[in-house]
Amino acid sequence: MVHGAFWTAAALCIVTLTLIMVFLFMEGFPIFQHVSLADFIFGKLWYPTFDPPEFGILPMIVGSLVVTALSSLIAIPLGIMTAIYLAELAGPRMRAYVKPLVEMLQALPSVVIGFFGMVIVAPWLQETFDIATGLNIANASIMLAFMAVPTITSIAEDAIYSVPNDMREASLALGATHWQTIGRVVVPAALPGISTAVILGMARSIGETMVVLMVAGGAAMLPGSIFDPSRPMPASIAAEMAEAPFRSDHYHALFATGLVLFFFTLAFNALAAWIAEKKKQVGTATL
Amino acid sequence: MPRTAFASQQTATLGNIGHMPQDSGYVKRRKPLQRFMFGLFHVAVFINAAALAIICGFVLYHGLPAISWEFLTAFPRDSMTKGGILPCILGTIALSYGSMLIALPWGVATAIYLQEYARPGPLVHAIRLTINNLAGVPSVVFGLFGLSMFVTAMKMGVSLLAGMFTLAALVLPLIIGASEEALRSVSQTYREASLGLGATKWQTISLVVLPAALPSILTGAILAVGRAAGETAAIMFTAAMFFSPRLPGSLFDSVMALPYHIYVLATAGTEIELTRPMQFGTSLVLIVLVLGMNLMAIIMRARLQRRLR
Repeated sequence: MVHGAFWTAAALCIVTLTLIMVFLFMEGFPIFQHVSLADFIFGKLWYPTFDPPEFGILPMIVGSLVVTALSSLIAIPLGIMTAIYLAELAGPRMRAYVKPLVEMLQALPSVVIGFFGMVIVAPWLQETFDIATGLNIANASIMLAFMAVPTITSIAEDAIYSVPNDMREASLALGATHWQTIGRVVVPAALPGISTAVILGMARSIGETMVVLMVAGGAAMLPGSIFDPSRPMPASIAAEMAEAPFRSDHYHALFATGLVLFFFTLAFNALAAWIAEKKKQVGTATL
Repeated sequence: MPRTAFASQQTATLGNIGHMPQDSGYVKRRKPLQRFMFGLFHVAVFINAAALAIICGFVLYHGLPAISWEFLTAFPRDSMTKGGILPCILGTIALSYGSMLIALPWGVATAIYLQEYARPGPLVHAIRLTINNLAGVPSVVFGLFGLSMFVTAMKMGVSLLAGMFTLAALVLPLIIGASEEALRSVSQTYREASLGLGATKWQTISLVVLPAALPSILTGAILAVGRAAGETAAIMFTAAMFFSPRLPGSLFDSVMALPYHIYVLATAGTEIELTRPMQFGTSLVLIVLVLGMNLMAIIMRARLQRRLR
């Protein structure tokens, strides 16, 4: 009886994820009666309220990918270096300060980071680089980077931490410096875990909504430079859902965008899980 | 906690080896690179600290002048340019703690199943895979899910209840993770002693294991409340409204919420420049609420670890 109740709770998790997919499909699928899947994904024009409307989300997909890639350029080195610091260099006292710091960064509400990007960073960018608007891809990427760093740091730190100590000792005993030990022994051994961290950090960036909604500038076009405004997928959904008439084509197209976004994050997660599973490090024997 | 103890021991060993008196000239010649790289690591940590400090600093600097007794206890007036944010504060508290009423029992029960009952097999594998993927679902997709399932299909309308359910699904992986960790850290000897005294499995779990794990579970729950309180995209289409002249009277009323208030005032209000102080003030209240919750959890955890040591 009791066992059954706990089993039900656990099984409900699977039901929930399934329901998410089912409802996204149900509400997103009707758009494909008007637009083919290929036209939807590769179409360059997004004019949902025109007559006849255009439903091409390529600019949103590209926007999401560009913003994610650029933010990763900042977040990956920053996150991994912080992780190495925490796992290899920091004494217990520093750890007691730096770990909560990373957790607080993670806890900052995304709407506050978006607001900060809008009110403080945007005018600064506009003035410094003398550009039309500070609400653009560059700004969104910087803000997103600081949302991805804590994810990357905490997972990568676990990976680096769990490298067996004998390996460090062996390397040091052979005369390698501390840095050589980290760079050539510890980090390579932790690489699968670090890759997982990076992928999950990127998944966080691509799915993050409020920052790109408030900071990316909102132009549904293919970007030409990093100072162009853009409209990544989450921003498109969040900005237009309120205006889209209930169960109109526009409404269905936004759900279909959500479906595409969902599959992107699902793919990122699957990749991370696959790496973690395939390259699982058991002891030192397999290295 | 063994982990931190291990850390100090580990760094101590490495430090000693690195500074052994018989460092040869060869080793010394390789040290500049080490010094440079370690410097970089410190810079990375500094950048993180600076980012947190700058964001919080700006919000504090601009937000503090907006805070007054009226701001915290009054309704907005004159198309949001005056008055306070009381309904937003109450709405956010109702949403975040309300979601916990659903997510906490559900998440803890799932963790108990995974840790205490389940044997490794395809079902457990599937559940873990699901939880990992659930954790990666973007919040705006949770918003779409809430809109189609709770608001539309279950006819809750844009309401407090729909928002609570949506947020519950969003924070569920956090709760499960924290609870599993807590259950795992309860020593196996507790279970064996209880079972050895003739207690049933359920008695062992409810009277021995759960009480021992409770403080850590609650720490995780506090973090989850903070996460739910700061969430915007998930409540945009499911629970939040721009303005209401009165507090919600039932679970089926929509609510004002701090994060949504910031978003609307900053982007879509009619008087964006005029409401700037309100925007900073609301951000400050939200940050204090969320980071305060986190700080509480961090301190609780540090206490727990000291007790366990």
